[in-house]
Amino acid sequence: MSDPRQEPEDQGPMHMHQLITADGQRVEDELLEEFIADVDDETLLGLYRDMVAVRRIDREATALQRQGQLALWPPMLGQEASQVGSARALEADDFIFPTYRENGVAYCRGALFSQMMGVWRGNTNTGWDPYEINMATPQIIIGAQTLHAAGYAMGLGLEGKESLAIGYLGDGATSQGDVHEAMVFAASFQAPVIFFCQNNHWAISEPVGLQSSVPLAGRAPGYGIPSLQVDGNDVLAVLAATRWAAARARSGGGPSFIEAVTYRMGAHTTADDPTRYRGVTELEEWGAKDPIARLRTLLQGRGKLDAGAEAEIATTADTVGAELRQACISLPDPEPMSIFDNVYADSHAILERQRDHYERYLAGFFAAEQGLGTSSSSGAAGTKGASTMEGSRP
Amino acid sequence: MSQLTLTQSINAGLRRAMEDDPKVVLLGEDIGTLGGVFRVTDGLMKDFGSHRVIDTPLAESAIIGTAVGLAYRGFRPVCEIQFDGFIYPGFDQIVSQVAKLHVRTQGKVRMPLTIRVPFGGGIGSPEHHSESPEAYFVHTAGLRVVSPSNPQDAYTMVRQAIASDDPVLYFEPKRRYHAKGDVDLEADLGAAPALGSARVAAAGTDVTLVAYGAMLKTALDAASAAAEEGISIDVVDLRSLSPVDYVPLMESVRRTGRLVIAHEASQTLGLGAEIAATITERCFNYLETAPVRVTGFDVPYPPSKLEKHHLPDLDRILDGVDCALGRTNSRTGMED
Repeated sequence: MSDPRQEPEDQGPMHMHQLITADGQRVEDELLEEFIADVDDETLLGLYRDMVAVRRIDREATALQRQGQLALWPPMLGQEASQVGSARALEADDFIFPTYRENGVAYCRGALFSQMMGVWRGNTNTGWDPYEINMATPQIIIGAQTLHAAGYAMGLGLEGKESLAIGYLGDGATSQGDVHEAMVFAASFQAPVIFFCQNNHWAISEPVGLQSSVPLAGRAPGYGIPSLQVDGNDVLAVLAATRWAAARARSGGGPSFIEAVTYRMGAHTTADDPTRYRGVTELEEWGAKDPIARLRTLLQGRGKLDAGAEAEIATTADTVGAELRQACISLPDPEPMSIFDNVYADSHAILERQRDHYERYLAGFFAAEQGLGTSSSSGAAGTKGASTMEGSRP
Repeated sequence: MSQLTLTQSINAGLRRAMEDDPKVVLLGEDIGTLGGVFRVTDGLMKDFGSHRVIDTPLAESAIIGTAVGLAYRGFRPVCEIQFDGFIYPGFDQIVSQVAKLHVRTQGKVRMPLTIRVPFGGGIGSPEHHSESPEAYFVHTAGLRVVSPSNPQDAYTMVRQAIASDDPVLYFEPKRRYHAKGDVDLEADLGAAPALGSARVAAAGTDVTLVAYGAMLKTALDAASAAAEEGISIDVVDLRSLSPVDYVPLMESVRRTGRLVIAHEASQTLGLGAEIAATITERCFNYLETAPVRVTGFDVPYPPSKLEKHHLPDLDRILDGVDCALGRTNSRTGMED
C-alpha cells in the first residue's frame, strides 16, 4: 500500500493552465486567452506593483510579529499571484469569503492596514467592515466560509442579481465536510459562486497528498461543477481563470472551482516551524517558480520595467511597509468593557448583569488606587474584589 | 380567536412573517412539497414559491452555513432541523459562526437566523428523534434559545424569533404538536410579552415549579394534582432559556421559599443546574430548602419502550415537590 503522505505521483489528466512560464515567457492558452484580451502592459505592471506590495506587507508583518508587535501572522509569501490575480478579477459588488491568509486579497480590496493588523495584534476578531469592501472577515475554521459563499450566492440568485460570491479555501480544506456540502448546495441551486482553492501544498505539516490522491480540481466535476487547474504562481493565468469562472457565474452558469497550484514559501503561521516537516530542495524548486520574478522577467523583456520603474515600485513598497508598521504600532489597546459589546444585537439581561458586575469590580481597583476604598472592594482588591452583590436578608 | 394546534400555530406564524417581510426564507429537509415531516410548513411552498421555501439537500451544516451566507446578504433565514438529534452536524456552524459573527464583526453583520428544532421525547421514536440538546446552545454566548409550551406562544414567539436581529434557537415541543388552544392571530407583536420573558402559568404559594416546552403541561398537571392535596404550586413557564428571565422566578421563590425545576434533558449542567445555582446565589436567604431538579437521567436517550422511565412525569415531579417541602420522598436518606 502506498504511503498517503507522499505527493501524489499520478496527478491524472488534469491540464494546468498557464500564460506566463516560470522563466517569464508568455505562452498561449486556448481557454484563457479570451479572458485577458484587454490586459495590456500597463495592467500587467499594475499586477506586478500589487504583488510587490503584498510581499512587502507579508515581510513587514512577519517582522512585526518577531518584534512582539503582532501576536501571530499567517505568511502568504509565494502566494502573491494567486491572491492578486483572483482579487483583481472581481467587481466591487462581488462578495469575498476569505480564509485567514487572504491579506493580499484584502489589500487589493482596499482594507486599511490598521484594520488588517488589528486581528493579528489581538485587538479585535474582525479586520474590516465586511460591507465596506464586500469582503467577510478572516475565517479561521477551515472550510466553513465556503458554505457562507454558497449561501450568499443563493441569495444573489433569489434576487436575480448578476454579481457573485467567491469562497477562498486551501488544500487542507478540501477534506472538510463543509466544503463538500458547499459544492452540493452550489450545484443543486446553480448558485453564482466561485470556489477558489489555493493549493499551497501544505496544511501546516500535512502535504496535499494526504488530503487527496487525485488533483483537487478533479473533485468538483463529481458534483457537477466545472473546474480548472491553473498555475497559481502565474498572476495572468489566475486573473484569466477567475474571470472565466466569474463570467460563468454572471451569465447564469452557476458555480465553478479553481485550483490555483502554488506554494506556501513561509511557515503556516509565525508559530510554526516548517523545517520539522519539509526539506530545502522543495523550497528551492518552488523558489525557481516565483510569481514576482517571472513577471519581472516578462516585463523587462518588453522594456516595461526599467531601473527607474523598479525604483519607483520599490519606493511604493517601502511606503506600504512604513504605513503598515505605523498603523500597527499606533493601534490603541481595546477598552476592557468592550468585551461585552455586540455579543447580541438586542439587550440580554444576564450578560448585562455580568457587565455591571465587572464594571463595579474594576471600579473597586480604581477606588483602591485613589485611596477611596469601599468595604466591598478596597481591602482585598486583587484577591477578592466586589463579589457580593446579592440582596440582604428578608 | 382561532382554535389551532401547536403545529398550525407555528405554520400561521411563519406565514405571517413571510407576508410581513419578503426577506424571510425557509430552508430545510422535506419542508416544501411534503410540508415538513410534522407538517409545520404545510402549504407554504405552494403559497410562497420554491424560492422562499427551499427544500435543501440532506446536510445540516450546509442548511445552517448557507443561511449564514443568506443573512450576510440581508435575508432572514428560518432553518428547520428535522429532529433534535440531527442538529449536531450543524453544531459547528451554529456555535462558531452563527453565534459569533455579530460580535466578530463588531455588530456590522447581523445573524437574524431562526433555527427551528422539534425536540424532546414521548412519541415512541427510534434513537436520535427524542433528544433535548438545548443546554448546548444555552451555554453558547451569542445565541438566544426559546421554547414555547402552547399554541399562542408558538405563534407569537416564532414571529418574534424571526423579527429578532439575534440568532434564535426555537425548540418546538414535538410531544405537544397536536395540542389545541386559542390563538389570537391578530395579536400585536409590540404588545405581546417579550421573547425573553418568563410567565407564571399557574399561581401558587407553597412551591415554585419551573418548566418549559412539553414539560410545562406535565408541570401544570402536577400542580392540579398537588392542589387536591392542599399544596399550592406556582408554575413558571420559562419560555426563554437564554436568557432566563429571573425576575418572575425570583419573585416567586421569594414568596414560596421552595424551588423545583423539571426538564426532559439530562441533569448534569442542564437548565436546572443553572437555575438552581442562580436562585441559590440571588435568593439564598429566602430559600427554606435546597432547590430540587427533576430531570431526565444522565443517559443517552433510551429506547422508546423505556422512555417513560426517563421522562419526568407527574409523579416524579410531585416527588420532587415533596422533597422541596421537606416531606418524605424518594431522595430521603440519600443526602450523602
